[in-house]
Amino acid sequence: MAHAYTPGLRVTPQTLVRRERRLPLKGDVLVAVGDRVSATTVVARTLLPGNVQTMNLASALGVEPSDVAGKLTSPIGSIVAAGQVIAATKALFGLMKSEVKSPAAGTIESVSDVTGQLILREPPIPVEIDAFLEGTVVEVIAGEGVVIESPAAFIQGIFGIGGETHGTLVVAVSGPDDELTVDRLSPALEGQIVVGGSYVNHAVLKEAIRLGVRGVVVGGFDDRDLRDLLGYDLGVAITGHETLGITLVLTEGFGRIRMAERTFRLLKSLEGSQAAVSGATQIRAGVMRPEILVPRASSASDATGGGVTGMDIGSLLRCIRGDHFGRIGRITALPAQLQELGSESHARVLEAEIEGVGRVILPRANIELIEA
Amino acid sequence: MSHPPEIRSILATDCGSTTTKAILIEKQGDTYRLVTRGEAPTTVEAPFEDVTRGVLNAVKEVEELRGRKMLDGDRILTPQKGDEGVDIYLSTSSAGGGLQMMVSGLVMSMTGESAQRAALGAGAIVMDVIAINDGRRPHEKIKRLRQLRPDMLLLSGGTDGGAVKSVAEMAELIAAANPKARLGAGYELPVVYAGNSDPAAREIVRQRLGDKTALLIVENLRPKPETENLKPARDAIHELFMEHVMAHAPGYKKLMTWTAQPIMPTPGAVGLIIEKIAKREGITVTGVDIGGATTDVFSVFQGVFNRTVSANLGMSYSVSNVMAEAGLPNILRWVSFPVDEVQLRNRIKNKMIRPTTIPDTLEELVIEQAIAREALRLAFQQHKALAVGLKGVQQERTISDVFEQDESGATLVNLADLNLLVGSGGVLSHAPRRVQAAFMMIDAFLPEFVTELAVDSIFMMPQLGVLATVHEQAATQVFDRDCLIRLGSVIAPVGNAKDGAPCMNVRVKHPDGRVGEAECRAGDMKLMDLPADGDARLEMTVEPDRGWDMGEGKGKPITVTVRGGIVGLVLDGRGRRPFELPKDDAKRIEKLRGWNRALDVYPREL
Repeated sequence: MAHAYTPGLRVTPQTLVRRERRLPLKGDVLVAVGDRVSATTVVARTLLPGNVQTMNLASALGVEPSDVAGKLTSPIGSIVAAGQVIAATKALFGLMKSEVKSPAAGTIESVSDVTGQLILREPPIPVEIDAFLEGTVVEVIAGEGVVIESPAAFIQGIFGIGGETHGTLVVAVSGPDDELTVDRLSPALEGQIVVGGSYVNHAVLKEAIRLGVRGVVVGGFDDRDLRDLLGYDLGVAITGHETLGITLVLTEGFGRIRMAERTFRLLKSLEGSQAAVSGATQIRAGVMRPEILVPRASSASDATGGGVTGMDIGSLLRCIRGDHFGRIGRITALPAQLQELGSESHARVLEAEIEGVGRVILPRANIELIEA
Repeated sequence: MSHPPEIRSILATDCGSTTTKAILIEKQGDTYRLVTRGEAPTTVEAPFEDVTRGVLNAVKEVEELRGRKMLDGDRILTPQKGDEGVDIYLSTSSAGGGLQMMVSGLVMSMTGESAQRAALGAGAIVMDVIAINDGRRPHEKIKRLRQLRPDMLLLSGGTDGGAVKSVAEMAELIAAANPKARLGAGYELPVVYAGNSDPAAREIVRQRLGDKTALLIVENLRPKPETENLKPARDAIHELFMEHVMAHAPGYKKLMTWTAQPIMPTPGAVGLIIEKIAKREGITVTGVDIGGATTDVFSVFQGVFNRTVSANLGMSYSVSNVMAEAGLPNILRWVSFPVDEVQLRNRIKNKMIRPTTIPDTLEELVIEQAIAREALRLAFQQHKALAVGLKGVQQERTISDVFEQDESGATLVNLADLNLLVGSGGVLSHAPRRVQAAFMMIDAFLPEFVTELAVDSIFMMPQLGVLATVHEQAATQVFDRDCLIRLGSVIAPVGNAKDGAPCMNVRVKHPDGRVGEAECRAGDMKLMDLPADGDARLEMTVEPDRGWDMGEGKGKPITVTVRGGIVGLVLDGRGRRPFELPKDDAKRIEKLRGWNRALDVYPREL
């Protein structure tokens, strides 16, 4: 069964991270290969086409669509101000006039001689992309963006909300079992990334937002609190666009779940470093998990991309469902035949030695491998 | 593509959003039989981002279980040589979110609806329908087009020879939005134009969209108000799906070179099978395939095939959306033990973020099956709303039909006429006891009178659907012998009465001459045994009490033939129109436990 594996989340003190930073539309790349960039360096810029306004000039002026073009007072392609007259007709020797004013500032893009519809394009919206990860530009994608590379500590979360942010990592709890509570927060945490332990609740998160904390990293969070925080029940897990004033990264899942020892230890060792954090999660069609990146000085000893290896005897695993949720163990056997579970379902299983529990049988689907 | 003269073995995979399933079919004597199956997590996503990884893993499992070689490194061995390899390899796919489309028509209830049916018929998920009269202002439509980033757009509208102005208006809206495709930033959005086929109209569309999109112009899907011609649009959608969409999904380019036939969207393949059952047996059928991300419903009533894809109703990726749409109380009403709301919410979200996990305790299974009931119920509701009075491909309908439909919106789906209800998808096919699948379908669909129930044994209808396009005989043989498990029938008179009041008496003559008799009272469920053989035919008489209707009028008995099935005859005296569960929690739990006991649903009381 060397071929079968369940993808796990990456938690590694040092790996070579590459991040593509791409504009939504073509634009200008502002850096070159070899440039050193900080997290906030603007690497590319573009102008998104502005919003579109439509107006039916034929009906507004009471003329045939084919005659509309001749009634324009500002030609196609011209820039107009809001309220400016853009088309007019005269009747009865110029005594009766109808006029159409532009509803917004913009450019007259087109007029249809079939429908009589005018399309006004509002001014373009500037969009800038920053580097997010402090590092070196290793590739320029002409007109689109760049690839930034840096040796970094890399921690993937399981779910997050809120977009990209930066700050100094501060561990505000004493251990992975500890909850992040209001008394652990202070104004000194403004602009920082706070690592809690097993859990944070809505009230504490609100207080963190009030204090200007940029990010919170914890083991678990209640879905009820998520609903209260967002103001709606999250249906499909596509996040990252929320504007809550904070980025939340869950390392384990929903509920009170002790942060994996290994994750906590790594975050603790990185305390005081600058971290780049993203809450963007998309668990469908090109999975995206939230992440915490801490750029580090290069080390020749471990600068590989790493990766998930196969499921084998001795592989390190974490339970991701059921009674042992969150616990760590090692695979001791991989029986090939299906076995009956407590639910009477038949599934492929594995035998594992779980820390503090002993030997258990688990469905293979209910574990994730942890990079050794 | 040419195949070996005699096909000895067929390997087929279905790349679902959560799991990739592989089946191996071999010719044994004169017949094709399923010999084994394997599955592995789908690997469209990071860190693998290559669908072929999951395919190879699933095939590897088949190899191990069958004990013969089918892979040569990262390659499927075809054709079969000696005991190694397989003669054909085929695949279906719904991974990567399936085919996501936006459709547009001029009038919502006319071309808008036809366009939607064409897209759904091709196996797409319809993200939105835009029409001239959809109530949104032009800039709102443009904004929507820009936001959604579909895989493809279907533009219809106008009968042949009709006015071109509205067609131009829609084309101008699309051009102004300049929508981008979901996958691959560098390629143009595929657009199918299947509207007014007058040269002038086509020219306008070409002028407006030719430079900005990958435009394909096909025959009008609604050439006359009373005629619908969906096939050319469906074919074009399939063509562009393969050329543009699949080619940009991770690993599909490679997978496409492995398969003997083009990869088919999963709902398209399942639909083929459902249509075939209805045609062959001359019956009305409703089928459902409940997956991780979507739930597809298929029906054949009055000879008309309809298919809907409920994009965000499913058991893993979309599980949280089932909760958001159904509401927690609707899920909890099916759970036969008290559950803490905070915990249940967390469980559902944990399934969403780790979609490939499976329930390993009985309590978790009960909750999963409660969620499935709601996903099925909602998907069926959506299906009923879309499967309305159009008479399908190339069939005429009169103008008066059009107006009737517009006024009444009458659905074709009539539970009282339903002969067979077929379930597929992990939660139904892999339910540890078949009676659980039957019970989920009964609760979600609420069939009336006499309805036969069946499940896809191990969730292989998609693979058989694509196989039917190349080897009908093999597909039919495996379908009859190994795929369709006949569960029995549900007897559900329409009516209501106080719990414990008389409801119905049922008498069944078994092939061995034995006569089974049972009485079912209002509010109860009962199970009568049947021969497990689905080919067995039995005469059944149902005598409903006064106030209960079995289709012939209140209190009128019926005598019909039913088939055997491994679950048996489920007598459902809980009432219909309306069907209601007790509002009081304690009473509701007592009722659920009673029904679970009566049907022997779980190994212990929960």
